Amino acid sequence: MIKVNGDELDWREGMTVQDVLDEKKFSFPLVSVWINGEPVQRRGEYAITPVPDGVEIEVIHMMSGG
Amino acid sequence: MEKMKTLAEWKYTPAVSRLGYTRETLYVGLGNRDGDYRFEKRPVSDEMIDKFIGGRGFGLRLLWDAVKPETKWNDPENEIVISGGPICGITQYPGAGKCYSVFLSPLTEQTYNSNAGGYFAPFLKFSGFDAFELQGKADREVIVFVDGDNGTVQVLESNITEDKNAYAVTECLHEYFANDEKDRKNISVVSSGQAAAHSFWGCMNFSFYDPRRKVARLKQAGRGGGGTVLRDKGVLALVVKMSHVTGTSVGPANPDALSKLGGKLHKEIRDFDDVQCQMRTIGTAHLNEIMNDYDLLPVHNYKFGRHDDIGNIHSTEYKKRFAQGMPDGCWYGCSLSCAKATPPFKLTTGPWKGREVIVDGPEYETAAGLGSNVGIFDPEWTIEANFYADHYGIDTISLGTGTAFVCECYELGLINRENTGGLELKFGNKSDLMELIHRIAAGTDEFARIVSLGTRKMKKIFSEKYGADRKTMEDIAMEGQGLEASEYRCQESIAQWGGYFLTLKGPQHDEAWLIFMDMVNKQLPTYEDKAEALFYFPNFRLWFSLVGLCKLPWNDIEPEDNHTKYKGIEAAKVPEHVQNYVEIYNAVTGKNVVKEDLIAMSEKVYNFERIFNLRMGKGKRADHNCPNRGLGPVFEDEWNARPEYFDGKLKEAGIEPGGLSVREKIARLQTHRRGQWEQLVDKVYARRGWNRNGIPTLETVRRLGIDYPDVVELLEKNLKPEDSFA
Repeated sequence: MIKVNGDELDWREGMTVQDVLDEKKFSFPLVSVWINGEPVQRRGEYAITPVPDGVEIEVIHMMSGG
Repeated sequence: MEKMKTLAEWKYTPAVSRLGYTRETLYVGLGNRDGDYRFEKRPVSDEMIDKFIGGRGFGLRLLWDAVKPETKWNDPENEIVISGGPICGITQYPGAGKCYSVFLSPLTEQTYNSNAGGYFAPFLKFSGFDAFELQGKADREVIVFVDGDNGTVQVLESNITEDKNAYAVTECLHEYFANDEKDRKNISVVSSGQAAAHSFWGCMNFSFYDPRRKVARLKQAGRGGGGTVLRDKGVLALVVKMSHVTGTSVGPANPDALSKLGGKLHKEIRDFDDVQCQMRTIGTAHLNEIMNDYDLLPVHNYKFGRHDDIGNIHSTEYKKRFAQGMPDGCWYGCSLSCAKATPPFKLTTGPWKGREVIVDGPEYETAAGLGSNVGIFDPEWTIEANFYADHYGIDTISLGTGTAFVCECYELGLINRENTGGLELKFGNKSDLMELIHRIAAGTDEFARIVSLGTRKMKKIFSEKYGADRKTMEDIAMEGQGLEASEYRCQESIAQWGGYFLTLKGPQHDEAWLIFMDMVNKQLPTYEDKAEALFYFPNFRLWFSLVGLCKLPWNDIEPEDNHTKYKGIEAAKVPEHVQNYVEIYNAVTGKNVVKEDLIAMSEKVYNFERIFNLRMGKGKRADHNCPNRGLGPVFEDEWNARPEYFDGKLKEAGIEPGGLSVREKIARLQTHRRGQWEQLVDKVYARRGWNRNGIPTLETVRRLGIDYPDVVELLEKNLKPEDSFA
């Protein structure tokens, strides 16, 4: 089990940051992802960034639009 | 076109802009239908610059002096004041051609300010004026022409008699006032359209000439009915001509700093826009499917937040329909380039049926308002509706939201086909909804005329004339202060209730868009947190309106490391871009402000505007209305679209949903949320330095230095001890 923005989400072997975004339907591109308080450095690497079991993830959506 | 007759002319020596200001404003009085045309050059004082900065601030200050508490939108004293601000007109940094139009609104019956891009405000400044005040009513249909090249202002008798709609008028005037094809880019026109002659949704179209497409393009100051005021004054168009524009025309203190800052942002846009918001290829329509994914897309008058047909209006569908590879900035130097336009598009209805036109947009608001919100998932229909709305001079957002309200009334049986003049105004009925737009423009059909007065008046008239249930309409009409909401479904974000309904001018998204921060990121857990966000963001965003900048380059592109260098709400502020703005302001004006000063500048104007509305008989707690649809589901089908989610919300509120009918659940959730709304209002008012009745306190105006005698007198009359938070 992991936590995403405070909500529980089932963890599975091989899970990546991109999997988390997809499962949460977080499709907005301007997000920052923090795992246990550490930022994932590059947005282009979400699909290859593993998510360990038990972590707390923050997916921070920026604002956009006029 | 034949030469237009000059009714009045005035010659002046154009002041040169230094440090962002010409320090002169232009006053044009049209008389009171008596041909008494007047021109005046008015000085701009240090006090005016210190307290009101420019743009919207100048507009509010000048309008305050022009009107009385009893002035109505269609009285001759009402003005339209157009002003850019000190940064308006620089070409080094993206998004620097914006201006604000300030006026008393027919829709909200208080002050309104609406922004647009295009070339008008920069050209006005380079013609010698920090602001343009238009007052009075002409005795015939006129065109006001500011010739900055030759230092003349003229009131001309319009001889445009056949087609008085925006694209026709604008093209005609670009041609008329230009010496040749190359000169057309030196003209900017402000016009409305035939609908504005009777509709309260009249928009103002600001032009710029696109030399590559060889057409005049339009950007809209859409909201609040500015076009209606313009037409009521008997003005078909305002025109400015200015041939001499350089990167230093604003007279900046430090042009090298501007170039350096601009270069940095151009590089960010070039490197990251394709993987961030794709503004250069899709514009704001990139939000369509994103809003759907987060249940924020308004569907069927905001009943639902998503729809299975979203694929039909996916941003890729719009991308296919927008011309690509064109520099679509609406002022020189804007590489964000979001002013998307279609290739030649063949119209299938209306007076221009069969004609091929370039359509400006749709932007997200139009794609949603004249799309999902009225149950239509067909980009071709939306593009055509967008074209005609602009052409006729109708605000696409109010049109979308207002029409969505009409559709729901129709489907609920509150109004019927007999009332609508034979139109079957169900969600998704493309032919009849397009016909309604044409009827609104024509102004001859009774029902269409009622619709075009706006949602607040529709509720009253539908009730009185057709016997429609007023309570139901109050529940479902997404309007606040008389203005139709823009196109986000806000009901699941308490902070955004405030972002929409605790605003100065009604539920637009100009002040604060906090849905992600509140609902998704969960960064605003307490009422104090929400109130802080509803203090900071409205004030920060207002600053753009004072100086002549577009907000999009602030947060629709961000530095590569913004998301890792900053966390939480700080990241959402995009600190490096805020610092860019501090440095740009200093580089133009020669001042030495820091980031905290930006909020201080805005707070003066924010409170002055609130007090102005109090002066006009509004501006109290009772005027911050929020409909039930804005807070949560109203009908069972809304609840049943997400039953587990809403049951969960009841449980969070300490209410056990088991054993309750859906109708009971809705009532309990609404009661709970109405209580939350009242708590939010109190916290926000307190943070803003207002009393419980939403009125700025004397301490607040003294702290801000806007304690003018007439302001203090007004407040003393309205501040009651029982409303104090102390």
